[in-house]
Amino acid sequence: MALLEVKNLSISFGGLRAVDGLNLTLEKGMLYGLIGPNGAGKTTVFNMLTGVYKPTFGTFSLDGETLNGKKPAEINQAGIARTFQNIRLFKKLSVLDNVKSGMHNINKYSAFEAIFRLPRYYKAEKEMNEKAMELLSVFELEKEANTLADNLPYGKQRKLEIARALATNPKLLLLDEPAAGMNPSETQELMDTIRFVRDKFDMTVLLIEHDMHLVSGICEQVTVLNFGTELAKGVTKDVLNNPEVIKAYLGD
Amino acid sequence: MGNTVQNNNAPENALKPRKSISPAFRSKLITCGMVVALFIIVEILDGTGNMSNLFSGLLVPICYYVIAALSLNLVVGILGELSLGHGGFMCVGAYASAFFTIATQDIITDVWIRFPLAFLVGGLTAAIFGILIGIPVLRLKGDYLAIVTLAFGEIIKNVVTALYVGIDGNGVHFSTTSTDALNLAEDGKVIIKGALGITGIPKSSNVIVGFVLVMITLIVCLNIIDSRTGRAIMSIRDNRIAAESIGINVTKHKLFVFAISAFFAGLAGTLYSHNLSGLTANTNNFGYNMSITILVIVVLGGIGSMRGSVIAAIILTALPEMLRGFSEYRMLIYAVVLIVMMIVNNNPTIKAKLSMIAPKVLIAKFRNRKKNNVQKGAEG
Repeated sequence: MALLEVKNLSISFGGLRAVDGLNLTLEKGMLYGLIGPNGAGKTTVFNMLTGVYKPTFGTFSLDGETLNGKKPAEINQAGIARTFQNIRLFKKLSVLDNVKSGMHNINKYSAFEAIFRLPRYYKAEKEMNEKAMELLSVFELEKEANTLADNLPYGKQRKLEIARALATNPKLLLLDEPAAGMNPSETQELMDTIRFVRDKFDMTVLLIEHDMHLVSGICEQVTVLNFGTELAKGVTKDVLNNPEVIKAYLGD
Repeated sequence: MGNTVQNNNAPENALKPRKSISPAFRSKLITCGMVVALFIIVEILDGTGNMSNLFSGLLVPICYYVIAALSLNLVVGILGELSLGHGGFMCVGAYASAFFTIATQDIITDVWIRFPLAFLVGGLTAAIFGILIGIPVLRLKGDYLAIVTLAFGEIIKNVVTALYVGIDGNGVHFSTTSTDALNLAEDGKVIIKGALGITGIPKSSNVIVGFVLVMITLIVCLNIIDSRTGRAIMSIRDNRIAAESIGINVTKHKLFVFAISAFFAGLAGTLYSHNLSGLTANTNNFGYNMSITILVIVVLGGIGSMRGSVIAAIILTALPEMLRGFSEYRMLIYAVVLIVMMIVNNNPTIKAKLSMIAPKVLIAKFRNRKKNNVQKGAEG
């Protein structure tokens, strides 16, 4: 059974049909790209898949569990984690705390146990610290564990966002333009990281990206969106050579 | 009694090996140690008769302002929402606890049982109000939340002023018109007398009770901040959408902060009401002035800094009284101090200069010198 099943997903804002009848099927372990010109509705798809927007109609399910209409926090707990196009870190928290806050629903203890510092607090915190440092070392951020997230350079902030998303122990990772603002060598490094994450954590990744080098480099399949509708889909190389797709990007 | 217990704790903590202390824990230790040290100094001064009446009268107010500021800092600094109704929660706590004390005065005669219960009643009633107000109000953000909480504070004050409550064998009677309308039985007594408030409250508050409460509030606040819940709350403050995206229930955590904060405001209110024989609600105490004063303390102490709140609460409560000698210039100096504190707090240059004389830098310098000397010695 497919991990993510999106059927006929659509949303309208007033009279504008931002996404119209999107179908997607992601098998477990896939690296899937969602591309398209600006304003095609890619981020809107992400916002629907994470519960920020409620689809006007259509459904999506993860591992057979229907998730449309649920709240963002519930969807995350069901196993979808995301990063944002404009980085949304917890700026006044340390890098370590950013990752630990991602484990909010993994290592649980009550506020009561925290106030009275009961044994479970220490146990959970210790586990969390270990796991968080492990995650940070994957992204080579372990040296910055105690810096404020706000003080990290741009590229590392992007990495931290991925680390925080992974900390929630998701089944599906949504990356919204992970390479935006990165130079070619950083992009190359990011591609390696994404592949590594997929292999190490057995992750399924759906990503939005404008950098075609990255898309053709790591995505096995892509869907092209244009004005909210699906323009093409299939194996990356074929789709990127599709004249319709080139026309949508470059015009006539 | 309180100080002997704390006395035993302090050296024990100090004896722990330096390596095992995390920066967060050390910071907590410094804050708590500071409060304990201040309390001991005050006790010594008081015991040796070196304290003026004016100052010893200020000690309990300092305690309830510290508690109120700490709890408001949870909302303003940690949750990042501006609330101007903190005086209202204090008012609820003050009235509920005073009512409880008077109503049970004849039943529970032991003050050591009745007073802690009064705190519980004051705190819990305020917490319930916090949740009730929080449910509708927390949908609002920023200025709108401030306006609504401000109005809530005023409403509470005015409702309490118009309230008549009495108690007799049949239970509790309410009225909003007069004492006669309560229709009390022969054995009944009127507890809340409208604008006259509650009179005859036993004066149970003292510095030791205040100190214990300050420590409880401080430790609970610090422990919450440095925990899973605290991280969730701060992540909501820093970025609500991202917090939701990692599975944090925003409404639940906001309500939790509101309830905890109101609970401690209720404790502060209880301390307040049991420090006076007659409790009334008017613009001078529970009005908007009180809420603003608490907010000023939080802002000047540094938003989100618990240690700052404690220091600012002490300075700003003591200052107007200390300045009585300047008579009409008193408020002028108070204003100047506020402005200076604000500038110092927000100016990185001045802060850097100040941190050069901070003890921790001096200790580091001293250590380096010692290390250098040792190295020199080794070389020589």
